Amino acid sequence: MSTPTSTISPRIPIGVEPATPIIIFQEVSISFDQKPVLREISFQLERGETKAIFGVAGAGKSTILKLALGLMKPDSGRILVLGEDVTAMKEEDLFELRRKVGMVFQESALFDSLNVRDNVAFRLIEEGQTPPEEIEQRVREALSFVELQNTVDLFPSELSGGMRRRVAIARAIITHPEVILYDSPTGGLDPVTSTTIIELIVKQRDVYGTSSLLVTHRLQDAFMMASHYFDKESGHMWPIKDDPKRKIPMKFLILRDGKIIFDGDVQELEKCKDEYIEEYIS
Amino acid sequence: MELISPTDFAKGKIESLQEYSALAGNSIVSLFGRPRYFADMIQQADLIGFGSLPIVVLTGFFTGAVLTLNSANSLERFGSLSLLGQLVSVGMVRELGPVLTGLMVAGRNSSGMASELGSMIVTEQIDAMRALGTDPMKKLVAPRVASTVIMLFFLTIISDLLGLVGGSAVASLLLGLDYRQYWSSAWQILKFQDVFMGLLKPLVFGFIISTIGCYYGLSAKGGTQGVGRATTQAVVASSVIILLVDFFITKFLMAMFGYS
Ligand SMILES: Nc1ncnc2c1ncn2[C@@H]1O[C@H](COP(=O)(O)OP(=O)(O)OP(=O)(O)O)[C@@H](O)[C@H]1O
Ligand SMILES: [Mg+2]
Repeated sequence: MSTPTSTISPRIPIGVEPATPIIIFQEVSISFDQKPVLREISFQLERGETKAIFGVAGAGKSTILKLALGLMKPDSGRILVLGEDVTAMKEEDLFELRRKVGMVFQESALFDSLNVRDNVAFRLIEEGQTPPEEIEQRVREALSFVELQNTVDLFPSELSGGMRRRVAIARAIITHPEVILYDSPTGGLDPVTSTTIIELIVKQRDVYGTSSLLVTHRLQDAFMMASHYFDKESGHMWPIKDDPKRKIPMKFLILRDGKIIFDGDVQELEKCKDEYIEEYIS
Repeated sequence: MELISPTDFAKGKIESLQEYSALAGNSIVSLFGRPRYFADMIQQADLIGFGSLPIVVLTGFFTGAVLTLNSANSLERFGSLSLLGQLVSVGMVRELGPVLTGLMVAGRNSSGMASELGSMIVTEQIDAMRALGTDPMKKLVAPRVASTVIMLFFLTIISDLLGLVGGSAVASLLLGLDYRQYWSSAWQILKFQDVFMGLLKPLVFGFIISTIGCYYGLSAKGGTQGVGRATTQAVVASSVIILLVDFFITKFLMAMFGYS
């Protein structure tokens, strides 16, 4: 793999060069059956940052996440993930890169022939480098992270939608990837479960410094993430107003008609005068 | 109904053919690549091999039996009933054993693969697998292809044997013929060429059944309805292709071995 620009070099150890973006989209376009879904969109995800992506149903949010993983190829433009150009990589080479990225699918996409343990452990079992006892322990760890310790032997069909979503999160975090892509993790859930999931994502962000793209329909979820931080000692998230010096790495991105109409932080979003965005926020 | 222009139709067909060839080729390459999925292969072999055993036993036995009934009737008219064992054995080993076993397994497993992989496609489980860094070609397709080829080979042998047993049962119980004469003529007539042809076919058919099943499954589109469609198409396509390919293999091998 040759690196196209001098500013981007692959495999930088964490913390050495914090300025290198984790994900870069450069003028990416894609259309399905002649219908353009994304039109030359460009944005970046910085290291340690969480970027929430908004847009109406069918705006192309899930498509962005699938493009970032190389599950689909754009019609034009370039996508760099962890310094590697996924648009130019062959499927065989992508598997290596994908191991460093976690993804939570919109409909969870758990393997229904496997129980919760094997779903969560899938990556570790496939990599084949972890002894069984350690796998078991890490599965329990990941499941206790999402507060589902008692479901290890159940099958996905025996879980509720919210539980499935949390198992999917456990499956994505078990290897502590540098980047996690969440596709509507709170979609269709009750407020209590949603808050639990938000707290999980905030925990992942503040405890492990994971960078993430987060697709959501609910603006209030993203606002909550932008205004709360996770406190390791108490094991809960707290509103930022208790600690105003704290800076939260949270960005917002709004899609409309295949274009990015907003890309910035909360303050900028609140100041934004665009009618559509004002309507969206209210 | 939407009208499609003939060129688009042809383009679509050629594209599917290309995709299928890519999958078929890739499945062979994956068999030799790493990682290998032995556990998945054993699981599939169990599902395909032991799962299909009852139907293969029944089809084999009754095909042999009915072939004997029919042949006995025809041979009697020519006054050469002693050839019965030979007729049944050549017919079973060269043609009916492989083809009928192939068709039964196509009906059972090609559809099973298409619906399983199809459901995995429409519920994004295949995408999830790719996202988790595992190649579905290696994890799902290659073990299915390998175990279908191997198991169909053995199932065909079982079917051939049961066909002969069925024939012998009819010959001795219903027609009152000497079963020792039946068996000795059945064994003696078989030449290397017959056995070779009869054992090459299941290898080819197994490859067709599994790659077609996987291909239709992996190209399923449009929710559960799409999975249903993929399943039907897989059975129809694999059955028809088995019968077509059977003709060409037979013709080719006959030419090669110089049968008259
Ligand atoms: N594989 C595909 N084949 C054809 N069209 C597709 C495909 N994937 C997405 N699309 C189309 O692309 C558009 C964007 O889809 P996408 O799933 O990205 O939307 P989304 O923003 O995630 O919507 P939602 O909020 O409902 O999840 C939709 O109009 C959809 O019909
Ligand atoms: Mg979506």
